[in-house]
Amino acid sequence: MSDTTPQLPPGPDAPVTSPAIGRDEWVARHLDRRLPPRLGILHERLQNVPWFAWLVLFVAAASLLPAITSSGYVRRVGFDTVLYMLLALGLNVVVGWGGLLDLGYVAFYGVGAYSYALLDSPHYDIHMWSILSIPLVVLIGAIVGLLVGLPSRRLSGDYLAIVTLFFLQLFQTVATNGDQMFGHNVTGGANGLLNVDPLDIFGHDIAVQHEGVFAVAYYFIALGVFAVVFVALRFVNESRTGRAWRSQREDPLAAEVMGMPVNWLKLTAFAFGAAVAALSGSLFAALNASVFPLTFYFVLLITVYTMVILGGQGSQAGVVLGAIIISVLLELLREPSHARDLFYVLLGAGLLLTFKLSRRLAIVAAATVAFGFAAHAIADAIDHSWVAGTAGAWASGWVIVPERLASWVAPVSYVALIAAALGLTLVRGLLRTVLLVPVLYLATFVWENVMLAKPEPTRYIVLGVILVALMIVRPNGLLGEKRVEVV
Amino acid sequence: MDTDKFIQLTLDGLTLGSVYALIALGYTLVYGVLKLLNFAHGDVFMVGSYIGFGVLQALGGPADPAVPVWAVLVLITLAAMAGCAMLGVVIERFAYRPLRDAPRIAPLISALGVSFFLAYSMQLLFGAQQRDYNTFALGGGDLYFKGFHIGGVRVPLIRDIIIVSAFVLMLVLWFLVNKTRTGKAMRATSFDREAAAMMGIDIDRVIVFTFILGSALAGAAGVLFAIRVPTQVSIGFVSGLKGFTAAVIGGIGSVPGAMAGGLILGFAESYTAGYWPGSAGTRWTDLVIFSILIVFMVFRPQGLFGRADIKKV
Repeated sequence: MSDTTPQLPPGPDAPVTSPAIGRDEWVARHLDRRLPPRLGILHERLQNVPWFAWLVLFVAAASLLPAITSSGYVRRVGFDTVLYMLLALGLNVVVGWGGLLDLGYVAFYGVGAYSYALLDSPHYDIHMWSILSIPLVVLIGAIVGLLVGLPSRRLSGDYLAIVTLFFLQLFQTVATNGDQMFGHNVTGGANGLLNVDPLDIFGHDIAVQHEGVFAVAYYFIALGVFAVVFVALRFVNESRTGRAWRSQREDPLAAEVMGMPVNWLKLTAFAFGAAVAALSGSLFAALNASVFPLTFYFVLLITVYTMVILGGQGSQAGVVLGAIIISVLLELLREPSHARDLFYVLLGAGLLLTFKLSRRLAIVAAATVAFGFAAHAIADAIDHSWVAGTAGAWASGWVIVPERLASWVAPVSYVALIAAALGLTLVRGLLRTVLLVPVLYLATFVWENVMLAKPEPTRYIVLGVILVALMIVRPNGLLGEKRVEVV
Repeated sequence: MDTDKFIQLTLDGLTLGSVYALIALGYTLVYGVLKLLNFAHGDVFMVGSYIGFGVLQALGGPADPAVPVWAVLVLITLAAMAGCAMLGVVIERFAYRPLRDAPRIAPLISALGVSFFLAYSMQLLFGAQQRDYNTFALGGGDLYFKGFHIGGVRVPLIRDIIIVSAFVLMLVLWFLVNKTRTGKAMRATSFDREAAAMMGIDIDRVIVFTFILGSALAGAAGVLFAIRVPTQVSIGFVSGLKGFTAAVIGGIGSVPGAMAGGLILGFAESYTAGYWPGSAGTRWTDLVIFSILIVFMVFRPQGLFGRADIKKV
């Protein structure tokens, strides 16, 4: 058991006057005992801003992005981020509200992308208007979702997880081998489908590239779709169905006894998620003008899951925030020079969060810096080639970067870092603070020497670590409600 | 000719199925005591195959090993089992134990994270390219040229080794689970964790022991898989998925079920590859396995040997 006090969400309208039946009084009054937040009245005011005001503000701020920068790259990243936000919103319906572990989620994204590609491409020479094809794609996504959910309808989350995960694998197989499906070329196989039509307005194509730069129109379209989906899902969540979803998530048995059609509710949650994924898929296909099987695989699944978990399952604002953070993070990690700066920034921020502004922070920071210079000097004295590599500009006299890394150094230092970091969680108090210093230095060493050289695996290792660490330290994510298991 | 094809395919299925069964056992054991689908298990299997590869190189490589051939095989298997057992214990201690009382979905997501972390850590350190044990060079090709005949089909030694070792390991496991004190504690924990704890069983020890067993089997499976087919980082996901499906088909939580499920999957895969009309059978094995899984989900969700899950209120 964790030693933190279980925290009940505050009642939405009425302040807690007397604990409800079945609630522990001490737990229920937990919030009253809290110190007022540091920002005091401002904090309270912010909490009272209605959600749609936040949404309008957010969309308005996001629409300014193309005005700030004319870089096609940044706009492209912006579009991808909005797409991730959509995906996270859809997954939030299934995982956050429905409480179902849907591991085939990105397969529905793929189903959407492929459906759009088949309906709007020279492959079968169908060129449907987007205004017709996109609703059709959403419908296809929802139906496929229902079909996949159907066999596992009587079953607990575990069985749903295996069926959906295998569905993801099956989608992959079918998409990859679909070029020889009973003698027909349906999906284009590993080469994918090419020359997919862009979106159109009643037959007038919207070009993806405008004078060689990514067209802003797509960014705004995605943003518009995002706002519509956000509001629609919000309404669904506040409706009868949404309440029923959450109640069957908390206790399926009690929900069933109350007369709720639990299986049907699960299926609808599942289909809603699949439909949103399919919708995002059609935008993806239209923008990229091509679809390939490997886009829709385990990597993307974990990425979207990390977004939802980081933001907080069940909170729409949370998952959007999570999507933005993870999307930007992955983009920064792609480029070694950015990744290097990011590491030091996050390291500093992490230390600040752990120790707050205290004397211990100053001591740890000073000790780490001193440790680094000492280690660097010693290594330099023994053999200059040990420190002759090129490190980041301002860390060059500090972190050891050998000219050539012996092949055993990478695995040994990496495994040592993991062992040290895990070991650190086992010790407490002063010892932990003391041991933190060399571990920090080791982390810097591994980051500079091993991980920066290979951005691709590094990005995903970071995701894996975030997932595990979040589940243990803060399962409710940044903005999610803390779930209290009532026994 | 046709019986020969059948025998050949059956042998293929048996080879493949015994490896799947070993993986499935790991899933099923952990599910039994923790009610947790350990998604990271497939990646433990993958790490096992890499450990075997590393030890094989350390012993001087397949062409010129420092010890006799049989000793090479035993040593790489034992090393992989030991390494994976340690890995399993670490994963349990740091990724699952803190979440033992959390809502059901939490350890599952943590397991996904561990799986991802393991796969990409291996890719970071050793690259994504294939690693071939090259057992053909081991003992001058003896493993492939020696063997016996069933009908007109030659059964090379390497297949015998895989099948026999897998079944020996399963027998050992059966013995451990059914005939030892710790096995009894495992079965009790699996039946009712709280009641077992009240009877004085150290649940933590049982769980650690379960992870040791399951991960060691995965390590052995990794080596048995990789002595015949080159290994790479991505096999963790696919083989894990197959083993997991095998466990569900056999009845998750049931030891004989996992063995049966593994063999069913192995046969399904080899017969599909051999008898699918045209020559594209290997492409559609996933489809056949998925259909089997769906049929089980609809008509017998508890699997072949599983207990129907009756919820008491």
